[in-house]
Order: sequence, then structure tokens, then C-alpha cells
Amino acid sequence: MTHLADLPVWAAIPVALFLVTGAALALIGSIGFLRLRTFYERVHAPTLGTSMGIGFVLLASMLCFTVLQSRLALHEILIAVFMVVTTPITLMLLARAALYRDRSEGSGDVPPAPPA
Amino acid sequence: MRGGLMRGWSMRDWLPFPLLTAALVALWLLLTESVALGSILMGGVLALLTVRGFIALDPPAGRLRRPRAACALAALVLGDIARSNLAVARIILTPGKTERVSGFLRIPLDMRAPYGLATLACIITATPGTIWVEYNSANNTILLHILDLVDEGTWIDTIKGRYEKRLMEIFE
Amino acid sequence: MTATLLLWSIFLAQILLVAAMACAAFRVLRGPRAQDRVLGLDTLYVNATMLLLTFGIRTGSTLYFEAALIIALLGFVATAALAKFLMRGEVIE
Repeated sequence: MTHLADLPVWAAIPVALFLVTGAALALIGSIGFLRLRTFYERVHAPTLGTSMGIGFVLLASMLCFTVLQSRLALHEILIAVFMVVTTPITLMLLARAALYRDRSEGSGDVPPAPPA
Repeated sequence: MRGGLMRGWSMRDWLPFPLLTAALVALWLLLTESVALGSILMGGVLALLTVRGFIALDPPAGRLRRPRAACALAALVLGDIARSNLAVARIILTPGKTERVSGFLRIPLDMRAPYGLATLACIITATPGTIWVEYNSANNTILLHILDLVDEGTWIDTIKGRYEKRLMEIFE
Repeated sequence: MTATLLLWSIFLAQILLVAAMACAAFRVLRGPRAQDRVLGLDTLYVNATMLLLTFGIRTGSTLYFEAALIIALLGFVATAALAKFLMRGEVIE
């Protein structure tokens, strides 16, 4: 753990803060899995982790490695961009699949398919 | 195609999708973590090949008309995501049963530009608390599911006034 | 001093993330429907990505970054394929 001691205080405090905030947001999102009652409510829960949760963790990682290696560590942006692009796709696909399944079972809780 | 005919034509012919190509080169440079001439050349070749492959998929036409407005929209969305993160966190952590209702909401749209619609879908789904469920191209309406559906009018105003108007400026 | 602060905050973040993974795993095991399980699996992947990044900060090795990127990629492909399967009963039409 010697490399952590090399981190100056002005960098260490934000790194610690970002890490804990990001992890806490991910946990709150996942607690939503336990507390929310229907699938369509639960589908909102993971967006906490995939938007700001992972954003804060990536910020902490970027700051940490930039200061330690004394050059810009930017490749965390790749994961951020990847998350921003893919999360809407997976969640939309899942919501549409759930809607399709509910409709084909004739569930009354979802709006009917629009007339073709 | 706007702009000078000769120049615009040859430029687009030689380098179609300049923004996508630049983004792919940037992606390669980030992945290899170097800005050496070799990586730039390799990234450029790979990006050009990828764009050729992308054209083979026959993507719909459309272009980013106002980059500055796009940056302003990105900043706006970032702020909104932060705010709805807090709102959804509060909903999840509030103990006991509340009178919060969640439900589906159908919104008619005016925008038809395919990239604008795709961006709107990403914005709505990436923002905690709202998710895009369905798009009906016959009458141009979208179906959303909203976690905290207190007032339907406010949500319609938010989607149409805040995002759709700006996206139409950018993409149409 | 800073090393202790960082070690403890990394430890705390890891505990929070493991708890988040436990909640997601509960949804995978419990269901009740297939879409709930897939949603839980997707969240499990995202939380694993974050956990790997905290390991990276802890050890100071950038190798964990590559692993995190691959987990994120796998999670996307797996969830997209499963959602497609739920919708139509087949992955490639």
C-alpha cells in the first residue's frame, strides 16, 4: 500500500469522498430492488449506479492515477462513455421485453398496444 | 447537402461522418494511452475502415447542425441527471408507504429526426426516474414510465419544452 | 495519515458495493419474473465494474481497468441478448 501514501492530502480527500459517494449511490440504487414493488418501478433503480455512481468512482480513479503517475490518466473516460451509451439501450430493451410479455399475457396493468 | 457544392461534395465523399471518425480515433488513442504518431495513424486507419463498415449498414441521414447548442444541452442534461439522482435516492430511502404513484405516460412528439429521437431516448432513460418504453412511428408518440408521476402536465412540459425543443434546433 | 484515510474509505466503498451486489443477487434469485432476473444481472455487472475500479485504486495497478472494461462489455452484450430473447424467444431473427 505504499503508493497510497504518495498521494497528497488535497488529492486524497476528494478521492476518498468520490469513492464513498459513488459506492453509496450504487447501494441506494440496489436497495431500490428490495423496496420497489413492480418491475416497471424497479427498472429505474439501477440508473442511480450507472449514471452518477459509476461517474464518481471513475472520477476518483482518474484523479488518483493522474496524481500518482503525474500525467493525465484519461482512459476511465472510455468506461464512462460506454456506460452512457449502453445503459439506455439495455434498459429500453428490457422495458420493451417486459411490456411485450405483459401484453401477450393480457395483463391489465400496462397500456394496450397502439392500433397498427 | 449545404455549403459550396464542389467542396462539400468532395469532402463528404472522401471523409463521410467526420464526427464519428474523430470520435473513433479519440477512442483508439484513449485505449492505447498514447499520442505517438504510430497510434494516431493506426487509429485513423481503423476509424476509416469502421466508418466504411458503418455505411454498409445503411444508417439514416441526419447531421448535427449546431454543435454549441449540443454542448449546452449536454450540460443541462448533466445537471438534470444529478438532480434526479437525489430525487430517486430520496424516494427509495423514504421509509413506509407513501402516496407516490408511478405509471405510464404517453406523449405526442413533433420531432421526426431519427438521431434526435435516439438522443431523446438516451436522455430520458439515462435520467433516473424516467424510462423510454416505446415509440410509435405511426402517430409519433412515445410511451414513458415515470417513477414519480405526480403531475402529468409538468412531465409533458419538461420533455417537450426542455429537451424536444432544443433537440429539434440541433438536429432539424 | 492519508494512506489510512484512503485505505478505510476504499474499504468502506468496497463493503457498500458488495452490499449492492447482494441486493442485485437477491433480485436475480428471487425473480419473480424473468425480466427481474435479467435486470438484477445487469446491475450485478455494473456493480462488479465499480468494485474492480476500487480494487485498481487500492493496488495502484491499471490492470484492473482492463478487467472492468471487459466486465462492462460482457454485461451489455449479455443483457441485450437476454432482453432480445425475452421479447421474441430467439436472439437472432
